Amino acid sequence: MWAAGVLIVAFLATIAVGVAGSALQPPSHVETIDPTKVWNDPRFAHPGVTVDERGATVVAVGMMFAFMPAEIRVPAGRPVTFRLTSADVVHGFQIVGTNGNTMVVPGYISQFTTVFREPGEYLIVCNEYCGLGHHLMSAKLIVEEGGARP
Amino acid sequence: MNRRDRLPLAHLWVAIAAFGVAAAMAFMQALSRASLDLPWRSAKLYYISVTAHGVLMALVFTTFFIMAFGYVVVTRALERAPAAPRLAWAGFWTALAGTLAAVVVILAGKATVLYTFYPPLQAHPAFYIGLTLVIVGSWCWAAVMLLSYRAWRREHEGAPAPLAMHGMLATVIVWLIATVGVAAEVLLQLIPWSLGWTKTVDPILARMLFWYFGHPLVYFWLLPAYVIWYTVLPRVAGGKLFSDPLARLVFVLFVLLSTPVGFHHQFMDPGVSAGWKLLHTFLTFGILFPSFVTAFTVTASMEVAGRMQGATGLLDWLGKLPWRDPLFSSVALSMILFAFGGLGGAINASFGMNAVVHNTAWIQGHFHLTVGSAVALTFMGASYWLLPRLTGRELELGLLARVQPYLWFLGMLLFSFSNHVTGLMGMPRRVYDAGYDGAAAAQAWRGLTGVSAVGGLLLFASAAFFIMVMVGTALAGKRREPEPILWAEPLHPLAPRRTLLDRYGVWTVVAVILVLVAYAYPLWTHLRMARFGSPGFIPF
Repeated sequence: MWAAGVLIVAFLATIAVGVAGSALQPPSHVETIDPTKVWNDPRFAHPGVTVDERGATVVAVGMMFAFMPAEIRVPAGRPVTFRLTSADVVHGFQIVGTNGNTMVVPGYISQFTTVFREPGEYLIVCNEYCGLGHHLMSAKLIVEEGGARP
Repeated sequence: MNRRDRLPLAHLWVAIAAFGVAAAMAFMQALSRASLDLPWRSAKLYYISVTAHGVLMALVFTTFFIMAFGYVVVTRALERAPAAPRLAWAGFWTALAGTLAAVVVILAGKATVLYTFYPPLQAHPAFYIGLTLVIVGSWCWAAVMLLSYRAWRREHEGAPAPLAMHGMLATVIVWLIATVGVAAEVLLQLIPWSLGWTKTVDPILARMLFWYFGHPLVYFWLLPAYVIWYTVLPRVAGGKLFSDPLARLVFVLFVLLSTPVGFHHQFMDPGVSAGWKLLHTFLTFGILFPSFVTAFTVTASMEVAGRMQGATGLLDWLGKLPWRDPLFSSVALSMILFAFGGLGGAINASFGMNAVVHNTAWIQGHFHLTVGSAVALTFMGASYWLLPRLTGRELELGLLARVQPYLWFLGMLLFSFSNHVTGLMGMPRRVYDAGYDGAAAAQAWRGLTGVSAVGGLLLFASAAFFIMVMVGTALAGKRREPEPILWAEPLHPLAPRRTLLDRYGVWTVVAVILVLVAYAYPLWTHLRMARFGSPGFIPF
């Protein structure tokens, strides 16, 4: 019983050290959007990538059964912020082989920032069941050495 | 067959039938994900069968088995007929009618929303109404359990409940607290919306309410399995329960901590703030504690059994245990699989690592070790023990019953470990085909999806053995005077008076306060936020 207690305390300490020491927090972003007007909303009317000196911002929309845009080019070694929403049902957005992973929920905007150190081509898949074509819903992420062409 | 056993037997047979149908569907899914082109393979059939498998296994098989076992505990541990038998039967028929309604619309392809039914995917109203009836039926059962206990307590002033009933009371309380969430989601959001009375729903609110229910649901499944581990296994193993008070502590802790942890299923969701996700993370690690204590106490009880059979060395007690008894081997093997499941759960609860595995095949690998092994294999083992004692028929096809738990263990090792690995490699869960147009990343999953399919084949064979033994026993088992149902004795005699650990009224109040702390404020701020609802979408 005490051994079990010690194990739990060790687990909790691991999390607590991460939270306190490195400001590691659960991923979270609270921002809403009208899911029936995604294409007219200035935040999502032009899905794509913008690159500036600090890094890149990717604006993308998930829908049955594709991502818009279907090909995303970002620079290697610099922070990339993803902003995503859904035009219909709940989707997932997972960049295979990385920890880029989020739910894409209609009415809400998901946002996370990550850095891709390895240039190359990555598979993006929808990882939340969204209907008959769920397994066909994918996209491509191309991480380019020396920065993407804007 | 004794008249009083009709009630648990009726529930048991619904559970067995649901299990059989769901197992057949699972086999088809494992083959599909391995891209084996069978003539009847289609995406539509795949997603229909994933929905049916989830609903029949996770909601119908488990709930009906648990209700059956609850009535057995009342008749054999409290040694009295269930209070309010009419209410008990009304609950049975309500839940059965609900099951049939849901299954009909699922198989008709009008409710292909999976067992998590996240809106704005929209199902036929009969799906939501059917599931509501299953829950209402289970509430009737919960009321009968509580009334039966109250009647027993009046006749046993100050005495602690038998441990089996103590555990079932925890199950009932966890279930009553948990189902508030799904009832709110389905009654206030989904049924009016699917009938067209309201135009839109808020998907994040629905997910909050679903996972308020969805995690304690896991403990609703697990606690009756723990009751079997604590109160049946030590006796079948020929020994005694290592510690009765530790077992009571475990059940109380589950009442306290089962519910305020649901946000760990929503780490990747937008719309939920980081601070609340963090609080639920800490509580989630808290609830690992009672399971660790259980692993220790039950293993110690097995050691006690081995030593009572004459073992003296460090590990030779293992060899003295009845590995040929299907109840014993089911529980022992399910505990080994559950150890991996518990450690995987600690990984899922760590939000950093969760980002790598969220919604990948890792998750299906994980919960097939927990609900698919710790719970399902224990329930199958318990059925071998229960059915002869309830029907007065000897177990038929005993060889199949002896082999079946080992076959499940082997199949689950192959299935679960291959899915854990493909999950780490990024393969998403619940996909009809993991080919992705020949993408390089998807090519790397190929061999392992084949291993998973072989595991699925073994699991299906094991499930078929189980069904054959059950049906064979009911139809052809030799009639004889049934053995009594006896519960494990504790190693040290039980205190004759109720202690704090028996005061469920107090613990329920504390549990509700914890739930309010963990959920009231985030739900309130969520409802005050400017939000936009979603119209419904039919998946195909």
